[in-house]
Amino acid sequence: MAVGQAKIKSIGAAQSPLLGFAMFSPAILYIVLVVGAPFLLAIFYAFSDARIGSDSLHFVGLENFRSILQSPSFRKALQNSIIFTICAQIIVMVCANILSIALEKPFRGRGLVRFLILLPWVAPVSLGTIGWKWILDSIYSVITWVLVWAHIVKPYNTPMWLGEPKLAMASVILVHCWRLIPFSTVILLAGRTAIPKEIPEAAAIDGAGFWRTLFQINLPMMVPIISVAVLFGTIFTFTDMTVVYILTAGGPFDSTQTLPSYAFATGIQGSDLAAGAAVSLFLVPVLVVIAYFMLRLAHRAEVG
Amino acid sequence: MAVVETRSLTKVFKEGELGAVNNVNLETREGEFLVFLGPSGSGKTTLLRMIAGLEAPTAGEILIGGKVVNDMTPRERRIAMVFQSYALYPHLTVYKNIAFPLKAQKVPKELHKQKVEWASSLLGIGGLLQRKPRELSGGERQRVALARAIVREPAVFLLDEPLSNLDAKLRLSAREELERFHRRVGTTTIYVTHDQVEAMAMGDRIIVLNKGYVCQFGTPKEVYDDPADTFVATFLGSPPMNLIENGDVIVGFRPEHFRLAEEIKDSAKVIFKFRVENVEYLGAEFILSGLLVGGRADGKKVIARLLLGHEVGVGTTYEFGVPERHLKFFDRSTEKKVPARAITWQ
Repeated sequence: MAVGQAKIKSIGAAQSPLLGFAMFSPAILYIVLVVGAPFLLAIFYAFSDARIGSDSLHFVGLENFRSILQSPSFRKALQNSIIFTICAQIIVMVCANILSIALEKPFRGRGLVRFLILLPWVAPVSLGTIGWKWILDSIYSVITWVLVWAHIVKPYNTPMWLGEPKLAMASVILVHCWRLIPFSTVILLAGRTAIPKEIPEAAAIDGAGFWRTLFQINLPMMVPIISVAVLFGTIFTFTDMTVVYILTAGGPFDSTQTLPSYAFATGIQGSDLAAGAAVSLFLVPVLVVIAYFMLRLAHRAEVG
Repeated sequence: MAVVETRSLTKVFKEGELGAVNNVNLETREGEFLVFLGPSGSGKTTLLRMIAGLEAPTAGEILIGGKVVNDMTPRERRIAMVFQSYALYPHLTVYKNIAFPLKAQKVPKELHKQKVEWASSLLGIGGLLQRKPRELSGGERQRVALARAIVREPAVFLLDEPLSNLDAKLRLSAREELERFHRRVGTTTIYVTHDQVEAMAMGDRIIVLNKGYVCQFGTPKEVYDDPADTFVATFLGSPPMNLIENGDVIVGFRPEHFRLAEEIKDSAKVIFKFRVENVEYLGAEFILSGLLVGGRADGKKVIARLLLGHEVGVGTTYEFGVPERHLKFFDRSTEKKVPARAITWQ
């Protein structure tokens, strides 16, 4: 009898809208405070002349957007963001695929290798990037040292990894790939192990070799999971400023500036809050499109 | 078409463990339908996978068409295999599924359409070519898997429990279809199953496997009527053969041979007192289970299969018997078949 009553009570509680709301509210509060409020503030600032250290605030309409669209630095940052994201995603996907194939079958020490591969993702991004800053340093670079030792470059004409625009961009992209590969590898590994073992076996019996099985069977079957990895990776790359900020701070001459780092440089370091807010709003359309595709994927996964 | 042969084929998965397949020697005949029969863990699928080239043998040789194929990839062996799960490519249409082996084996593109149509019409799935596997029923999937297997006209067909995913009713019709199909294409076929009814119905010959060893290799009739050991005797037949220990032998007889004594015409027969404990009415027959009473076999549990037309009461003791020619004898320690001998039951 007591059990029955407890049951009825718990059902009653679950049906109460108040309790449901109470359970939900921390999540809502979190999103409103940490995401919603800054977002609305950014929209508000983007249409104003807010500056750090000034207490006047006027509505200026689209003036901020007009001026940043005319700025060559902004256009360079937008272009860089796109190049940065696309290149990083391509490299990450190719490497993550290779790694996931290599790590699928058991071998001695696979656990250790998996752990090592996951390290860049686990380590704090700033620490890892500072390590890379040393590796790519103009004087102390180990890469340069190895290249000189191997007589590939001359000691008096070493590459300035972070000092020449093209090399700096490549360095930033590669360091970002180094960070993202573990994440994508883990996702693709999960996707690969989800393929029933008989399917590649059937392909082998049907006469397909390694490449045909990879490109016509395994990869097409992994499309949903690859999309997840690409969408997440795109968000991480497109909105990330840590790597750029630590490695090059956008230099040399804004050649590695991306939208987030440019927004930070303009809005916080340059004190022009309004312009910084306007720059960062350019991230929104891209992120909305990605969010749409992610929701669609999630929906499809739910419906089956 | 080709003959498959294995010589002392052995597979040990982990060193020091018991072999999954032990020293198997077999040879198919041209165009034969050979069945590997055994319970799960008997090594039948491992044996098939070694023939297919999906598993490397630990020792021994595999020959297809007289050539040792141990070091050949599955594609070089010219075999086709239908998996238990069918393993259709879920992202490809039925047409592309069937055409995949042609593409993979670089058959000229002009021939694809014609060959796919030939295979799909042979299996009656011509109307499904534009569907995806997930839109098909179990029976349709099985046919697509078969069509994909025959489209390249393989030398040998390997089928791994292709009917086990179908419901009971469909299984029967699919079985008949598979038999018809085999008669039509006449390709040497190896069929793996744990279902003794399937094995009896379809096989030209049956290999009964247990714990990786071949227990018996023969026609369904030989395997059923003259089992090589007690495992085969109890694995085939439903209900299984009755086994009664008597001295240093085990005596076996099939439930259908255990009948009311007065109905047995043979003069040489063994008579038992049989107390019926349970009666199952199955429509065309009764399954009686009960105990033998008196003599050396007192208290032994046995099963009888009785046609309709008898009145049998639970708890009553009847005089039952077995014609002596239907008694099988097995050695008590090795459990292997031994010649018939005279024994006393009292």
